[in-house]
Amino acid sequence: MSPILEINNLYKNYGSTEILKDINVSIEPGDFLVLVGPSGCGKSTLLNCIAGLEPITSGSLKIGGQDMTHVSPKDRDIAMVFQSYALYPTMSVAKNITFGMKVRGVDQATQERKLAQVAQQLQIEPLLNRRPGQLSGGQRQRVAMGRALVRDPKLFLFDEPLSNLDAKLRVEMRTEIKALHHNLGASMVYVTHDQIEAMTLATKIVVMKGGVIQQIGSPSEIYNRPANLFVADFMGSPAMNLIPAKVRKNGAGTHIEITRKDGVPIVLTDTKTENLPEDVILGVRPEDIADPAVRIGGHAQEAECLIDMVEPAGADTFAVMQLGGKHVTARLHAETTARPGQLQKLAFDLGKVSYFAPDTGLRLN
Amino acid sequence: MADLSMTQGVRQSQASKIALRWLLYSLLVLFALFYLMPLFVMITTSLKSLDEIRTGDLIALPREVTFDAWSTAWSSACTGIQCEGVRPYFWNSVLIAIPAVAISTLLGAMNGYVVAQWRFRGANIIFSLMLFGCFIPFQVVLLPMARTLGIMGIAGTIPGLIFVHVIYGLGFTTLFFRNFYVSIPAELTKAAKVDGAGFFRIFWSIFLPLSLPIIVVTVIWQFTQIWNDFLFGVSFSQAGTQPVTVALNNIVNSTTGVKEYNVDMAAAIIAALPTLFVYVVAGKYFIRGLTAGSVKG
Repeated sequence: MSPILEINNLYKNYGSTEILKDINVSIEPGDFLVLVGPSGCGKSTLLNCIAGLEPITSGSLKIGGQDMTHVSPKDRDIAMVFQSYALYPTMSVAKNITFGMKVRGVDQATQERKLAQVAQQLQIEPLLNRRPGQLSGGQRQRVAMGRALVRDPKLFLFDEPLSNLDAKLRVEMRTEIKALHHNLGASMVYVTHDQIEAMTLATKIVVMKGGVIQQIGSPSEIYNRPANLFVADFMGSPAMNLIPAKVRKNGAGTHIEITRKDGVPIVLTDTKTENLPEDVILGVRPEDIADPAVRIGGHAQEAECLIDMVEPAGADTFAVMQLGGKHVTARLHAETTARPGQLQKLAFDLGKVSYFAPDTGLRLN
Repeated sequence: MADLSMTQGVRQSQASKIALRWLLYSLLVLFALFYLMPLFVMITTSLKSLDEIRTGDLIALPREVTFDAWSTAWSSACTGIQCEGVRPYFWNSVLIAIPAVAISTLLGAMNGYVVAQWRFRGANIIFSLMLFGCFIPFQVVLLPMARTLGIMGIAGTIPGLIFVHVIYGLGFTTLFFRNFYVSIPAELTKAAKVDGAGFFRIFWSIFLPLSLPIIVVTVIWQFTQIWNDFLFGVSFSQAGTQPVTVALNNIVNSTTGVKEYNVDMAAAIIAALPTLFVYVVAGKYFIRGLTAGSVKG
């Protein structure tokens, strides 16, 4: 199958400021692509470029195999859901949903049939005669989705659609969007700054920073094998521990030495390392520093650490300590014996460890 | 002891509060009366006969109410040679004001929509230049405009006056609409574009329907400006096309012999009635529209 969306060497400048640099992305039909990054990274601009709402400076863009680089938004066969919902304030919900069809001259009977279908799908039938101003945030969100769904486009675009909702509703709508994607089998591009949203929704994630793509991959690739320090730090909560360490070659294995404020350094052994420089930054997820009792796999190595702080979070308890001059978080089970100011035996699992070069920030293994 | 003096103190401060309130209201009433005085004099004078004006007190109520002055002012007072009252000129003003208000409001809405929602290179410069138009003293443009009207072949006609008022109203109407539309999220336009709507479709179907408050403000503003205008009226009209303000001036200034104050007053009130009417009908929207900031989507 040919890609539903293909972006090649896309650049976007505002005057002399480069907003997007050399963007190359392609997705297959049915993919759920999430563009994620901190604010100002250009992800929304990229989405607007895909929609045709912002002209691109150079490069090309294909939707459904057709070149759409200079095609106006209405002819791109896309539908978009906006952060502020952008419902037409003077029109009823029904009129909001059918506006696009009305503009395109779709006949009345088809309009009504599609409206009824979408209203039923999103359970907004009782709201059809209300104005947007009379709806709650979650209801407006549904109407905005209805307006997109009714078009049945090649590509759905979502611009931070959940960021105006409260925490509980956001999680609910997230699940609903995921179900919708599953049921429709539609292709979607979704912008968010929330890395959890990105992880839960995406089949493919694009991590961006400063207008440059940092990494493209499946959620598990991004999570387990971050391409650089930025991705490692940005994706995951609590963030990946990034600990400066020294590499000492020692026969069969390699010793990874982490200095401590007071006391002897922790020395861990990793067998799968090759060609590491002497100075590295060790990337370990909090869940890979655990209670010795729950360790899994053969990579776990125990070490005693001085715990600075303990943060119970219900299902887990997070223990914070100082290693290599950095705060390091360990994910322990809820009934852990770890107490602040006391030594605690912890199991380090290097099975999924990442190594980064301190100077370039790039992944080494 | 302490308690007693406390309650006394409270009582005292309450009394002084009431006194202050009374003083405040008396002052406000006094100023209101002072402000209404000219209107009072105008109305009472217009209802008096000439004899009574000559012999009576300026601020006294009329002994005998008569509407003679009003009918004279409306249909038979002399404006120079003709003695048809202000009636024909009143209709001239209506014929000038209504199209000029409608056209300048509509164009201002369109301009504001473009400048606020279809940002293009130089949009801010163009908007600043239009704003500059609000502050040009109209005396400056009299000669060039006279020439322009002559070239266009509409000098001295009602369409000519409509044209002049539309041009010089655009600065303000654009300003009003631009400031109103700038608070509407750009995503609304984007959503409509994705939905397939074009420039005019978005304007008609989405922006105009939500502009009622600012339309009211603009209509009141423009109607007052155009109806009360004297300078353009006197400069760019001829015998049959003068607006009511010019006729009023002629009635007051071209009479010889006895000054008919009652007719002058009646004519002045007639000339002011439409603007008064517009304020009474739409005044509360005017204040609301001026203070209305954002539109909740």
